[in-house]
Amino acid sequence: MTAHAEPLHAVGGHEEHHEIEIPYTVHARPDTGVYNGKLGIWLFLASEVMLFGALFSTLILLRTSAPTWPRGFEELNIPLATINTFNLIASSVTVVMAWANLRLGKLKRAKLFLGITLLCGFIFMGIKAVEYGTKFQHHHYPSTNNFFATYFVMTGLHGLHVLGGMVVFTYLLLTADKWYEKHRDQYTNRVEITGLYWHFVDLVWIFLFPTLYLL
Amino acid sequence: MPPKRQIRVGTQWMYARDAQRALEEAIRVSEDEQREHGHHVPFIRKYVFSTDHKWIGIQYAITALTFLLIGFSLMLLMRWQLAFPGRSMTEIPIIGSFLVKFLGQSNVPGGVMLPEFYNQLGAMHGTIMVFLAIVPLAVGAFGNYVVPLQIGAPDMAFPKLNMMSYWCYLPGGILMLSSFFFPGGAANSGWTSYPPLSIIATQGQTIWILGMVLLITSSLLGSVNFIVTIFQLRAKGLTFMRLPFFVWAQLVTSFLLLLAFPPLEAAAILQLMDRVAGTSFFLPSGLVISGTPLTNAGGGNPLLWQHLFWFLAHPEVYVLILPGMGIISEVIANNTRKPLWGYKSLVGAGVFLGFMSFVVWAHHMFMTGMGTVISAFFQTTTMIISIPSVIILTALIMSLWGASIRFTVPMLFALAFLPMFGIGGLTGLPLGLAAADIHLHDTYYVIGHFHYVVAPGTIFAMFAGIYYWFPKATGRQMNEKLGKIHFWLSLICINCVFMPMFYQGLAGVSRRLYDGGAQYAHAKPVIWSNLFISSAAWLLLVAQIPFIFNFFYSIFKGQRVGANHWQATTLEWAAATSPPLAHGNFAVAPVVYRGPYEYSVPGYEAADYLPQNVPDEPALPPATGGGMLGAAAVAQKES
Amino acid sequence: MRNFLAKYMPPDYSAHGPALDQLNAVVHTLMLILFVIWGLLFAYMLWRFRASKQPKAVYHGTHSHLSTYAEAGVAVVEVILLVGFSIPLWYRWTQRPEPAKNPIEVRLVAEQFAWNVHYPGPDGVFGKMNVKLVSSSNPLGLDPNDPTAKDDVVTLNQLHMQVNRPIIVRITSKDVIHSFSLPYMRVKQDALPGMEVPVHFTPIKTSGTEPWEIACAQLCGLGHYRMRGQYHVHTKADFDKWYASEPRAVANISG
Ligand code: HEA
Ligand code: HEA
Ligand code: CUA
Ligand SMILES: [Cu+2]
Repeated sequence: MTAHAEPLHAVGGHEEHHEIEIPYTVHARPDTGVYNGKLGIWLFLASEVMLFGALFSTLILLRTSAPTWPRGFEELNIPLATINTFNLIASSVTVVMAWANLRLGKLKRAKLFLGITLLCGFIFMGIKAVEYGTKFQHHHYPSTNNFFATYFVMTGLHGLHVLGGMVVFTYLLLTADKWYEKHRDQYTNRVEITGLYWHFVDLVWIFLFPTLYLL
Repeated sequence: MPPKRQIRVGTQWMYARDAQRALEEAIRVSEDEQREHGHHVPFIRKYVFSTDHKWIGIQYAITALTFLLIGFSLMLLMRWQLAFPGRSMTEIPIIGSFLVKFLGQSNVPGGVMLPEFYNQLGAMHGTIMVFLAIVPLAVGAFGNYVVPLQIGAPDMAFPKLNMMSYWCYLPGGILMLSSFFFPGGAANSGWTSYPPLSIIATQGQTIWILGMVLLITSSLLGSVNFIVTIFQLRAKGLTFMRLPFFVWAQLVTSFLLLLAFPPLEAAAILQLMDRVAGTSFFLPSGLVISGTPLTNAGGGNPLLWQHLFWFLAHPEVYVLILPGMGIISEVIANNTRKPLWGYKSLVGAGVFLGFMSFVVWAHHMFMTGMGTVISAFFQTTTMIISIPSVIILTALIMSLWGASIRFTVPMLFALAFLPMFGIGGLTGLPLGLAAADIHLHDTYYVIGHFHYVVAPGTIFAMFAGIYYWFPKATGRQMNEKLGKIHFWLSLICINCVFMPMFYQGLAGVSRRLYDGGAQYAHAKPVIWSNLFISSAAWLLLVAQIPFIFNFFYSIFKGQRVGANHWQATTLEWAAATSPPLAHGNFAVAPVVYRGPYEYSVPGYEAADYLPQNVPDEPALPPATGGGMLGAAAVAQKES
Repeated sequence: MRNFLAKYMPPDYSAHGPALDQLNAVVHTLMLILFVIWGLLFAYMLWRFRASKQPKAVYHGTHSHLSTYAEAGVAVVEVILLVGFSIPLWYRWTQRPEPAKNPIEVRLVAEQFAWNVHYPGPDGVFGKMNVKLVSSSNPLGLDPNDPTAKDDVVTLNQLHMQVNRPIIVRITSKDVIHSFSLPYMRVKQDALPGMEVPVHFTPIKTSGTEPWEIACAQLCGLGHYRMRGQYHVHTKADFDKWYASEPRAVANISG
């Protein structure tokens, strides 16, 4: 029987002891057309749509059943929010630029654009902090009424998402040199999916802005 | 002309029995090798923060089984109070005085359970069973262990995420349990946590919410991972219509978790705000709590919570049942030795069930004052959703036609599942007709309905799965005799527990009653059955002793069995026995040539099963997992 | 057919109740038929196709289309149940009785763990209420200065009605969600704070000396199990006598 140990060996065993290779982490699977991370982020975003969808439904329900409802444009600071809207839209563009430059092999410019994106995040959070601060100064808290309750919960949760994105961008910036050299495609993919997430965060704001501030 | 009674392995012709021996030898050698000079993974990376889907699956299994036992124990305490309202627990034989000490004066002063404590036990029983026991067992354990193997993948798509998913679940569970020790005890507003009751409830409710947030996060991470794994890591040739039904069930389940949980997460955030930040999302104006007007701003709506909750919780009940149905399908196909009947309609029904489960939620809310149009809508969708279940059940039953049924222990549980789920499902129909629900809503009839689907339904499916995949995970088989004792005792006891509940429910006895209805005249005629139910429930615990013993005994001492103990066709059986951790699953990526249940294939006389990864050509190519398995298949037939 | 479930159900003393019970009986008959047919088939197959009798399985199984017909049959029956029974019944359940039938109208305010019943008195108008006035002697916060409140009657856990006369109960709650359940009347409605939902029904039998029970069907806290009220179904004479003699609520308000 010993003669056959060779071909049989492969069945359950493993001659090599390297890390397990998981397929399609970098390149797309031909029949699905995506790599794992991209599918993952799309699914994650689908669940985020449900999360914010539930909150928007809450807002609609509370508002339509309330006898009176404060008007957003009377209570909230529209100029600041408008700046923030453009700010976020700009950051969505810059993150695409970062990705495009990575594809072109221009790491330096990509880092610049990542940096700008991160900066936009900081500006957004800064403006948000000012807005919150003035609200608190005027003794407007979540408990004041359901308008402020929804305002604080929805923008707060959105803010947390921005913050999460900023953490990832920081990480991407810090690891850029090392990762880009070693795993260029993988790094580019990471920027791409973070960008997808960032677009979503942007999109949520684009819904939040009119529903909370303008209506 | 091939030599008579010999098969080709690699370039050699040999007797099948020799091929089999060689196969086993090869597996043993390679495993030993691994043990000896496999690169050394530190203990903590290998067994605590493991990224290997098999070990994570086992972690999930052990944790979830423990929670199952805890959830069951809470219920056994409640059943004492229901059987003997107001009687001291010190009278419980043997463990009585210890129990009273353990539970403490604040919960059972003088040995008598307080109503507050009863409510805590009820809420925690529901929560633990649903979120900490059954879902983690069905998805976390079976999904994790079996899905990558069944699709021929080396691991899950995101192993680190997988680890995080477990490490959100465990702290979430521990947090939930710890809430018993907070002032005022655990959450006590039911597993449904309806506001305003849950808003004015004690501290434990806040812990419940935080625990839920962790569990939701865990489920979300897990579901993304499962979907990506199933879409991306399927072996070559494994098209969607060749997936084992178990994988389909897990796929639909993951989509349900992915899309239904976030609204509950939103609702949990809102409830948390109401409790700690003084908002009024769920609090209408003008509340007066025990004589004092509430100072909250008001303007909220308590029904909002119910909508958000049931938007999750209805899909959630299919999360509880679909993986179970998947397991049952695998076991039935294997033990009938023929393909499942109507595989396509099974898949179609499963997917349709998933879609529909998002539009039936308000059938839990008929008595909130619903108008005709809305109730007509939800009644109709509820009736529609019962059809795919009928299709699935019918297909599974029709699969028995022409079979050669082996009554193995997993098969016994799988077979019992069918009529038990049938009872549970059928009793869902009167609940789904709003007019019939008027009398039945919030009575023990509902309790009976859903326990039939989750206890003798899902739990039996879980048992079937444990007995079925135990040999794969451990290389040993569980004792059949003990298994049969476990099966028959459980079947009898569990029916004695839940059948009388329909009787109580029809009589109009409300659920969640601390004294089981002793206050009420309309409950008098059926009140005796509480003692009967409780006794059966305690016996049900006794019936689990053979299982628990068998489980641990067999891990160490069970009979050793081969890699494909059940002579099954799906890919998990092409991997080595108890596949070594942290090394991927297959040395050679398997290639799939056919559907999942090719048993008793006409014209293929070598064996009564044709694994998915054996090439069509009778001459087996060298050195593929498939070739070996085919060889083994023939070997067993010949010897 | 109507009666095979009746022996498991409490007596049914309302006008709309028998129709609901009948629906339940019809559904349960369907369920039983399905269960028995599937069960017999199942049992037969377990016996017929056991491995010791049938050592080799048949790859193709059955070609019968019976199951398709059966599934279609289930679907058809469900449509009949919906369109023929449940939806019309629900429509009637939510439709208020005509004023010509002279229904009694009461408000019912649930609280932890009691039922406050509010009758408008002879003027037929409920007095004004204000949460700020709520006290132990004025559980509903009735405004004593409102003229329409003067003749209002408020009882605790006692609901009085008249046989063969429709009653509209407008249900709400002061604190948490409760559920107003009258098993003998086949009535159930959640009591939701911030919302007032009317239910109506017509008792068709007097309760006699032993009043019947209002049960709370929704978990509402530690006293949920003992949140029991009572209701009396009187003859017209008795009802009028009770209504006239019951002390007015404002008389009880102290402070
Ligand atoms: C796994 C869990 C699970 C499953 C699968 C189901 C399935 C169904 N459920 Fe159930 N349900 C729950 C878990 C589940 N439910 C829970 C937990 C609650 C209560 C929550 C709470 O309030 O705390 C609940 C409550 C509940 C209600 C609310 C009742 C009330 O509060 O008043 C309703 C109403 O429509 C309902 C309906 C249904 C229907 C129509 C189905 C259908 O999908 C069923 C379809 C199935 C069939 C029709 C069976 C067909 C089978 C055969 C024909 C074969 C027979 C076989 C043999 C004889 C071998 N359920
Ligand atoms: C998945 C869900 C699930 C499961 C499986 C169960 C299982 C059981 N339930 Fe539960 N139950 C609920 C979900 C569940 N329940 C919910 C949601 C509620 C409503 C709560 C509320 O009102 O808010 C409820 C309420 C509820 C009530 C009503 C209480 C009331 O209204 O006051 C009762 C009453 O008897 C009851 C009994 C039981 C019993 C006897 C079991 C038994 O079937 C349990 C049987 C268990 C086993 C057989 C487990 C065996 C375990 C092992 C063998 C572990 C081995 C371990 C190792 C090897 C490590 N349950
Ligand atoms: Cu009030 Cu239960
Ligand atoms: Cu449901």
